[in-house]
Amino acid sequence: MLSEPVVPAYGSAAAQRLASMADVTASDAALRRFLHGLPGVDAVGLQARAATLGTRSIKTTAKAYAIDLAISMIDLTTLEGADTPGKVRALCAKGGRPDPADGTVPRVAAICVYGDMVATAKDALAAAGTADIHVASVATAFPSGRAALPVKLADTRDAVAAGADEIDMVIDRGAFLSGRYLQVFDEIRQVKEACRREGEGSGAAHLKVIFETGELQTYDNVRRASWLAMLAGADFIKTSTGKVAVNATPPVTLLMLEAVRDFRASVGVQVGVKPAGGIRTTKDAIKYLVMVNETLGEEWLTPDWFRFGASSLLNDLLMQRQKLSTGRYSGPDYVTVD
Amino acid sequence: MTPSTPMAKTFEYAPAPESRAVVDIAPSYGLFVDGEFREAADGKVFKTVSPSSEEVLSEVAQASAADVDAAVQAARKAFGTWSVLPGAERAKYLFRIARIVQERSRELAVLESLDNGKPIRESRDADLPLVAAHFFYYAGWADKLPYAGYGPDPKPLGVAGQVIPWNFPLLMLAWKIAPALATGNTVVLKPAETTPLSALFFADICRQAGLPRGVVNIVTGDGSTGAELVAHPGVDKIAFTGSTEVGKAIARTAAGTDKKLTLELGGKAANIVYDDAPVDQAVEGIVNGIFFNQGHVCCAGSRLLVQESVAEEVLDALKRRMATLRVGDPLDKNTDIGAINSPEQLARIRALAEAGEAEGAERWAPACDLPATGYWFAPTLFTGVTQAHRIAREEIFGPVLSVLTFRTPAEAVEKANNTPYGLSAGIWTEKGSRILWTADKLRAGIVWANTFNKFDPASPFGGYKESGYGREGGRHGLEAYLDVR
Repeated sequence: MLSEPVVPAYGSAAAQRLASMADVTASDAALRRFLHGLPGVDAVGLQARAATLGTRSIKTTAKAYAIDLAISMIDLTTLEGADTPGKVRALCAKGGRPDPADGTVPRVAAICVYGDMVATAKDALAAAGTADIHVASVATAFPSGRAALPVKLADTRDAVAAGADEIDMVIDRGAFLSGRYLQVFDEIRQVKEACRREGEGSGAAHLKVIFETGELQTYDNVRRASWLAMLAGADFIKTSTGKVAVNATPPVTLLMLEAVRDFRASVGVQVGVKPAGGIRTTKDAIKYLVMVNETLGEEWLTPDWFRFGASSLLNDLLMQRQKLSTGRYSGPDYVTVD
Repeated sequence: MTPSTPMAKTFEYAPAPESRAVVDIAPSYGLFVDGEFREAADGKVFKTVSPSSEEVLSEVAQASAADVDAAVQAARKAFGTWSVLPGAERAKYLFRIARIVQERSRELAVLESLDNGKPIRESRDADLPLVAAHFFYYAGWADKLPYAGYGPDPKPLGVAGQVIPWNFPLLMLAWKIAPALATGNTVVLKPAETTPLSALFFADICRQAGLPRGVVNIVTGDGSTGAELVAHPGVDKIAFTGSTEVGKAIARTAAGTDKKLTLELGGKAANIVYDDAPVDQAVEGIVNGIFFNQGHVCCAGSRLLVQESVAEEVLDALKRRMATLRVGDPLDKNTDIGAINSPEQLARIRALAEAGEAEGAERWAPACDLPATGYWFAPTLFTGVTQAHRIAREEIFGPVLSVLTFRTPAEAVEKANNTPYGLSAGIWTEKGSRILWTADKLRAGIVWANTFNKFDPASPFGGYKESGYGREGGRHGLEAYLDVR
């Protein structure tokens, strides 16, 4: 256990802490030995724990709190080939005022778009007076990650230059699965470098690293990918792109929560977690918040350290919120479709 | 940079109580003999109390020798017709009982949590599904007995006298009654003094299922009723689950008689965590092993044997996890640990925990508010425990874990086996060969690998040494109720 205070992954002090782990990332062999030396994951036990946490019954005041917290943690997302400026502007309006009839609803954490839509989103949020909402951009040849490194870096720099506050990168799953861990590590490091902003005092874009856990397949791989990304400087670790058959699941997310907990205990750097894809209902979202609460506690229960990557989740949260405040279900015609 | 945080509150779970309205407890209950409820011959009653609130739930008849005799005679009479029914016909009743248990599971789960003190999450998700599964499983055997490996036409024994404990009242009833009926025996069952209600509700289920009169008889009472039952000359088979002390007394009673006997007694199971264990899941397994059902589990993993090289890491993780356990109202759906079943049991747990401290072990428990009324004991662990400590040798039967360390696999096995008991054990390692090597050397009836307290009606359960003899569950469980002598 560490005696020094814990530092956030996106602060300037994190680099020094990570440098203390330089020996395990010095070579491919050293990195492999380290990652394969992490404790194994028993799949049955992990799934059983996630299922048990899923039985928590969150009612009344706790539910109201959880719904607002979940709304404030959403990265409201549109990642379609058919995205247009109009669609992105509508999403920004929705994120800034999720329920037009109720000003007490909190804003979402961020709007998540492709890189070419960053400027549109920034402008729309500024025009609406909701510039505190971040713009997150996917990058590095999202979703497959199949491009040469210079292309991925250019993709990242482009989004950062357009004003992205956060970059959601994908790892090279091919390199990871063939055991070239150092290559994945170096790519994350270079993308992190590319997140630095030109100019004075504007800070770097925060980096979320997407594993596409549905393609990594095993829980042992997810634990290794988590440590690898955190050692390389990830500010957030994220489950999925939302573009493959299996996206965020409770056991995978629980495992990543355990990884950030253990990473903080041994390295002293706090990293955030973002499950993405497939979380559509209030019930699901609350299960995730319960997992965060009972695995990591209050410190992670803020949009700074936990996010939901989702699009349709917001409307279900709004309907449940209306139900809780009025005692009646309204229906999908009473929330906005964007 | 930071998006605004919504509220300055914390994520505190609001109370989420399961409704008591689903169960209707009568102010008094009689004995269930020959298909009818009747008062005790001498009119004596005793109260049953909810251990979480000390509220009196109901008054129950105290069966005397005369009542036990009437129940055994009713069972004997019913045996004549029940035992010659085709197996497929007996199976129909068992399937029917299983389905009614499923249909009434919410009611029975609430009842069990009220009378026993166990959290509703466990009675709902563990006890009741297992009860139904047990009846379904043995219903399936009823018409296949010629293929069970006990000869072409194995015969039942006759009247089974069954005495069960308070820790899993309805589940232990199912373990006893389902195989007995499937094999063609009739039964007289005595539930524990502190938890008689679910057995009496089961009597109602027998009536609902149209079970012939006298096939199942329920006699409530204290230890004296149990003693009368096991000593009754009309009983052909005794099945007992409970303490080793009482088990020995029953064995003495049965000695020299024609009664067939199975005993499922105490335990002091070792839960062995090797240095290559999946740590997070092992911690869950340790917690589940000792804090499931407040540690009122004969196969509880009450001795943690952890390899010295990872002891500190595992203990840190275990303490962190224990701090999240929610102790309190058994009917709250978010409760992890409920009430201790009785003041007597609470006194015994306290006495042994004090002995642990007096003998030099270090006691630790997370900060937790215990309710003012009822019987409560915080989840507790002791470190620095050696094989010589009482808390490493005696069964505490409560939420108290004794932590010991070992250096090599051989030492782990030696320490695990160094106990008069031998009911269960757990092994945590990612290495398959080490699981097999260890399991082969453990003297315990049930060995779990990378899990703990997993039950299945198809899997036989029973002990070595002072943990008893005979097996319940699975094909092996049929033998106890068949005349294979």
